[in-house]
Amino acid sequence: MSTSETEYLENVANQEYEHGWRTDIESETLPEGLDENIVRYISERKDEPEWLLEWRLKAFRYFERQVEEGNYPDWAHLDYERPDFQDMRYFSAPKEKASYDSLDEVPDEILETFERLGIPLEEQKALTGVAVDAVMDSVSVATTFKKKLKEKGVIFMSFGEAAREHPEIVKKYLGRVVPYTDNLFAALNSAVFSDGSFVYVPEGVTCPMELSTYFRINDQNTGQFERTLIIAEPDSYVSYLEGCTAPMNQKHQLHAAVVELIAHEDAEIKYSTIQNWYPGTKDGEGGVYNLVTKRGICEGDRSKISWTQLETGSAVTQKYPSVILKGDESVGEFYSVAFTKGHQQADTGTKMHHIGKNTKSTIISKGISAGVSNNSYRGLVKVGKNAENARNFSQCDSLLLGDKCGAHTFPYIEIGNPTAKVEHEATTSKVGEDQMFYCHQRGLGEEEALKLIVNGFCQEILAELPMEFAVEAKELLAIELEGSVG
Amino acid sequence: MALLEVENLHVSVEDEDIEILKGVDLTINEGEVHAIMGPNGSGKSTLAAVLAGREEYVVTDGSIRYKGEDLLELEAEERAEEGVFLAFQYPVELPGVSMTNFLREAVNSVREARGEEELGAADFLKLVRERAKLVDLDPDLVKRSVNQGFSGGEKKRNEIFQLAMLEPTLAVLDETDSGLDIDALRTVSDGVNKLRSAERAFLLITHYQRLLDYIEPDHVHVMVNGRIAESGDKDLAIRLEEEGYERFQREPAAA
Repeated sequence: MSTSETEYLENVANQEYEHGWRTDIESETLPEGLDENIVRYISERKDEPEWLLEWRLKAFRYFERQVEEGNYPDWAHLDYERPDFQDMRYFSAPKEKASYDSLDEVPDEILETFERLGIPLEEQKALTGVAVDAVMDSVSVATTFKKKLKEKGVIFMSFGEAAREHPEIVKKYLGRVVPYTDNLFAALNSAVFSDGSFVYVPEGVTCPMELSTYFRINDQNTGQFERTLIIAEPDSYVSYLEGCTAPMNQKHQLHAAVVELIAHEDAEIKYSTIQNWYPGTKDGEGGVYNLVTKRGICEGDRSKISWTQLETGSAVTQKYPSVILKGDESVGEFYSVAFTKGHQQADTGTKMHHIGKNTKSTIISKGISAGVSNNSYRGLVKVGKNAENARNFSQCDSLLLGDKCGAHTFPYIEIGNPTAKVEHEATTSKVGEDQMFYCHQRGLGEEEALKLIVNGFCQEILAELPMEFAVEAKELLAIELEGSVG
Repeated sequence: MALLEVENLHVSVEDEDIEILKGVDLTINEGEVHAIMGPNGSGKSTLAAVLAGREEYVVTDGSIRYKGEDLLELEAEERAEEGVFLAFQYPVELPGVSMTNFLREAVNSVREARGEEELGAADFLKLVRERAKLVDLDPDLVKRSVNQGFSGGEKKRNEIFQLAMLEPTLAVLDETDSGLDIDALRTVSDGVNKLRSAERAFLLITHYQRLLDYIEPDHVHVMVNGRIAESGDKDLAIRLEEEGYERFQREPAAA
């Protein structure tokens, strides 16, 4: 992490405490530890219907059993200490009120925090064409452009609100793509998730703007467990983006999110992530454990789900945004840039599960490693028995900056139907001396040259991001590259 | 006034005990065009690389002064900013980096060093269109990745186009003519001729006299075995074409 960014995050954190934040937060934070009472408290605090509490409790019991039996997900090859679930807090709200009815009620300090992060929440200042749901620690603090979206019938609100206002939809879809039995971290999330975003796009509607959620961990020792649920009814379209940051913290913090996407017939969901959680110090102290479960289902025929991610932060990243291609002729895409430096470890990729006929998936993964970091692509392409004419194309490119880092590619392929066509290409390259010299000869310094070359390497993926965020993504990469040379 | 003064330059390859340049002396005045000819392996391209600041070569003796200053003190990018340009023999591909971005960074970096303001987008594009014409380069190439998928001829023309964009004081062309058909050679040469000026000096490195039919040099040097073996005017080039380099290789090089 560059000094400027470190200072920047430090400033943000200090500024908040200066404004007396700590007192507010302390009074609103649960003590460390996890038991059934914590689950009940969160549910009650959020004014949830009884069925949701029951669901949480079932998930909690399942989670406890998994911990007892030591059933940790073991697909990834990562080296980190298992989180101590009794040593972290599960609920933290920035203020007394756990949600705000309108932007006017949101305290200035919070608005300022987000503005400092480049996410203005006041609509007149906001990016045009982007609606934002801002989540700080455990609660959603503001959602912009709600009214404009409502005119089109699009529901975009915090998960907590959705559970109260649209229980029938939430009940129908919650846990449908990622059941709490999926893995230990998904079970934990299901038990203690505190907020997140909910999107519902009705039949035939093209969502008029980009939807975006900005997650910020603020409290010192709180895990972030958000839950996102996106439903696209037949013939609808939505593009959604999430961004994340956290201040510096000596202890590791756990981020265990669950994202579920459901695309019905002829619907398309485009989901983009810019992940910039705190990665820890240069020596590998602290940093966020980013252990998330993201999955979408192409439920209807000709539906499409597209994941795009730029992963630059976190001490440890373990995520495989996946697509179940159930509908005939459905399409799944995964575009990823993972940048690791210092002691960061990233094990990321996707699972494309072809079930319907004539289904198609594309995987393009770009890994950039610097420092002593480790960067792995891990992906599964599975073609079911009845998935006639399934097609997959995978391309995994790695770029090494320096000679102490690692880049690995682990493609897994399971074919159950002889008509499947699966292609895989992989390359590993170092930024060449010839390339650097060519740039130097044209007057470009070390960092400028490296930025150009790395941006060029990622170009295919960055082009997939919504325009409003492509610039942000490039800047983020540029910041990450500063001081990563040598 | 002398723009470039190379004196007794000795150069070895890093990590290897092989001396490539064995005492080169060369003076280029402002606005002059010099050609260095010589057989393969005589050290011509090494001289070009050393002038541009390639790190894998080590200067073991001698000096290079440029605009009166010690050129060897400067990093490659600083030399570029000071107006040293190298047209590469093998232009490098930069996948995914658009020519436009690359050139804008390069042009602005050089302009900044000269104390000029950054070029705005509109002015920049105007300049691109104007200078692309000089070498008959399809302006659409500028939208593509640097040198990626360019034909051999396009790569060479692209080098001269960049020269035109960066407006250097000393332009070193390392075998720009090799691999060009006769039409492309004429186009590239026309471009270079248009770029000749009283402030801009050229150093042309070539195997063949044919380039000098199109670009008339003020001085011609023959490099053999790491030294300048003979210097003269353009008639020397014509003699070389008839006689070959054998005479220099047989005899010990004149001091």
